[in-house]
Amino acid sequence: MVTVTHYLMLSGVLFAISVAGIFINRKNMILLLMCIELLLLAANFNFIAFSHFLGNPDGQVFVFFILTVAAAEAAIGLAILVVLFRTRASINVEDMDSMKG
Amino acid sequence: MFELIIFFAYAIVLVCAAVGVIVARNPVHSVMFLVLSFVTSAVLWLLLEAEFLAMTLILVYVGAVMVLFLFVVMMLDIDVSTMRSHFMRYAPLGVLVAAIGVAEVWSVVWLRSQGLPVGAGPEPAAADYSNTKELGAVLYTEHVYAFELASFVLLLAIIAAIVLTMRKRTGLKVQDIGKQVSVDRADRIRIVKMKAEKD
Repeated sequence: MVTVTHYLMLSGVLFAISVAGIFINRKNMILLLMCIELLLLAANFNFIAFSHFLGNPDGQVFVFFILTVAAAEAAIGLAILVVLFRTRASINVEDMDSMKG
Repeated sequence: MFELIIFFAYAIVLVCAAVGVIVARNPVHSVMFLVLSFVTSAVLWLLLEAEFLAMTLILVYVGAVMVLFLFVVMMLDIDVSTMRSHFMRYAPLGVLVAAIGVAEVWSVVWLRSQGLPVGAGPEPAAADYSNTKELGAVLYTEHVYAFELASFVLLLAIIAAIVLTMRKRTGLKVQDIGKQVSVDRADRIRIVKMKAEKD
């Protein structure tokens, strides 16, 4: 029988993979954005699993809003990426050092 | 038992696709693996009786956001070789952090689930149960302000994306409507008085 524990462990694995992806691909900005999408997916898994096993639809409403915000974030992030590529001809994170941070 | 087989089959595909996203050499392959992981997640959400969100994930995420990613990946000319130069340097650290994270989450989830009645979930919903209707019933009543706020966030995203990527190019021959409307007769014709020609 599939229990809530199975889904929580799956989402934990997914979350860890995307965090590892942020470490591994820390130079490529577009892959960083993709890893963030994966991270949000892992979080959504928890919400939906608990929503199902507690019989409360509020968790699904929350996922609905997370999807909305993630779509907005992806659109703005990619727009920034396109502008960045236009001015720098590179999306390497290490090239973005003009603010000397 | 049947449910468990489906869960594990799709969970394995999902984890493999997620690993594929982060290790693929080509960014286009990464996007494709991400599409696979979203589709697989949608199936798992169907298993959790979240039908509306499963369809939303496929339509909005795979259909719109991932296609946007694909456009940008193909539009930008990315030099993959320099991006991967330090791949192996950070891989051990990333794997270590991931392993610690998984160990922590699993231990906590496993410990907390001991002695709790987490066994069987709720009864499967009836055949005429509509997940969309149930979601709509709370979305438009309890969470109506959050819903309107979400629409505002989307509007903001549209405006921000357009403003960021719009550029003014000089030297383009474009029509200026204001100038065209306010044009005067004197700007266009000139009446010349001259004597008639005689031979």
